[in-house]
Parts: sequence; structure tokens; C-alpha cells
Amino acid sequence: MELANIEKLVAKYENAETTLKEEGILREYFLSGNVAPHLEEYQLMFTYFHTSQGETYNKTLEFKTQKKRNYKWLSVAASVVLLFSVYLGYEEQQDAPRPISEMTIEEQFHYEQAREALAMLSGSLNKGSEAVSNLKAYENSVNKIFKTK
Amino acid sequence: MNQSDFLKVVLPFKDKVFRLAKRLLVSTEEAEDATQELFFKLWRNKEKLAEYKNVEAFAMTMTKNYCYDRLKSKQASNLTLVHSNYKEKDTSLDKKVEYQDTVSQVHKLIEKLPEQQKLIIQLRDVEQYDFDEICKMMDMKPTAVRVALSRARKTIRQELIKQHNYGVS
Repeated sequence: MELANIEKLVAKYENAETTLKEEGILREYFLSGNVAPHLEEYQLMFTYFHTSQGETYNKTLEFKTQKKRNYKWLSVAASVVLLFSVYLGYEEQQDAPRPISEMTIEEQFHYEQAREALAMLSGSLNKGSEAVSNLKAYENSVNKIFKTK
Repeated sequence: MNQSDFLKVVLPFKDKVFRLAKRLLVSTEEAEDATQELFFKLWRNKEKLAEYKNVEAFAMTMTKNYCYDRLKSKQASNLTLVHSNYKEKDTSLDKKVEYQDTVSQVHKLIEKLPEQQKLIIQLRDVEQYDFDEICKMMDMKPTAVRVALSRARKTIRQELIKQHNYGVS
């Protein structure tokens, strides 16, 4: 490229009127190393621009994948747990003992029978323990005589 | 849009975002943090991303705004004090160049420019975006962009000439 042409382009360049293509021509000229002395400053500028273009970002970019907690599902789970516990509570309620007044006649009959049987059992047990208490009186008198303690 | 789709859209301009952030925030670490933060923001809004015609321009606008915010916030203003004696950590970039000192001169000169001009120089002369895109990214009118760019270019050149002559005489 002729020097006259370069000078023209340089003047345009200073006024920021050059196109990218023209700036490309200038870049080529100034990076070639064969530069007229009065345009040396441009050589510095273009060399600098050229080298700083070579600078790169060398670190790896990190993208932490965000943990968006899905509260929708949390509420669904909570309602399921709630329903289940209500159901369990109801079952428990069904099994709980009821007062006699609420029972059917047949159930009342069974209840009475069971009560009688238990009363009989405890009566016999009491008889047994009475006999054992007599035995205790005997033991006391034996201790008095022999003074083992 | 899953992660690999997202990366396909987004990765091509990650370096541009980083460089733009670095231009404004100066330090490499700050710029790295900003880049990470911005891409994470993009990732969170990935569903909306499809609606944008030009994701890259959108990302650059986001970067610009984010960096402005960082500079405005108190935390960043404290950091700038630290950065005043900040030295370029990775010199490998400069080593490639024959004119080591003088090229970093350009870097320092750009650093002295107003933020808006810094951005426009970065977008145009480094990243080579066309004017329409820059107007969108900067939310400025074309003439305003051209004026700012012209000013920035002229300032850099004049400062370079000044320093050059200083060395000679």
C-alpha cells in the first residue's frame, strides 16, 4: 500500500471515520514492521491493540446448578402424611373401649359372663391367700420358740 | 437450553468480556471475578437469552454496566487505591512484542482516558466491533461514539508523540 494512501487512511482514522475494512488495511500495514518514521506512534498503537486482543480468560467458568426447592411437592407430601395420620387416628378410635350403655345386648351378656368368671377367679385366689396368711401366723410362733432371728 | 447449548452461545465471547472488564477494572483478578459473575448471571437468565437477537452485544452491555457499578461501589473505590501501584502480572503478553516498554506505554495512556473512551477504544480498536454494535452496547448515538473514539485516538497519539520527543531531547 502506498504511503500516500496510508496517510489518507490515518487521517480518516483519527477522525473515527474509517470502516472496519480500512482499519484492517491500516493494521496490516502497521504490523508489517515497515513503517514510515513519522507514523511510528500508530505502529505502537496497533501493535498494542493486536497483542491485547490475544489476552484470554483462562479460568474455567463455573455454573452452580441452582437447587430450586420444589415447595409444591413438599406440600403434597405433607398433606399425604396428614391424611394418613388422621386415618390411623380414626382406626385407633374404632378400637377404643366403649361404655356399657353403648353396647348391644349380646355384647352386654358376654361382658357380664366375663365379669362373673373373673370375680370367681379372684374369690378363689383370695381363699388361697387367706390360707397362706395362716401359715404366716404359724411361722411367727415358731420363730418365737426357736429364736432364729 | 441446557448447559452445552448455553456454552456454545456464550463461550465465543468470554475473552471479549474478560478484556473489557479488565480495561475498566484494571486488575486481572477483578476482571476474572467480574467475568465469572457475569457469566453466572447469563446462566441464570438463560431462558430469556433466546429472546435477544444479539446475545454478544447484550453481554457486552451487561459487562459495561457491571463494571461501572463495581467502580462506583465503595469496595471498588478502595481497591483502586491498591491498584495505583499495581503491576501487570503476566508479562508473557508483552514479551511477544518487540517494543516492550513503548507498547505498555499505550496501555498506560488508555488507562488515563475517561471510562467511556476507554470502552469505545476497547470495543473498536481491540475487539473490532462495527459502529452499530458499539452504539447498542454503549447506548449512545453514532456521532457521539465517533467523537469519543476520535478524541481517544488523538489523545493517545499526541501523548505518544510527547513522550517520544521527551526521550529524544
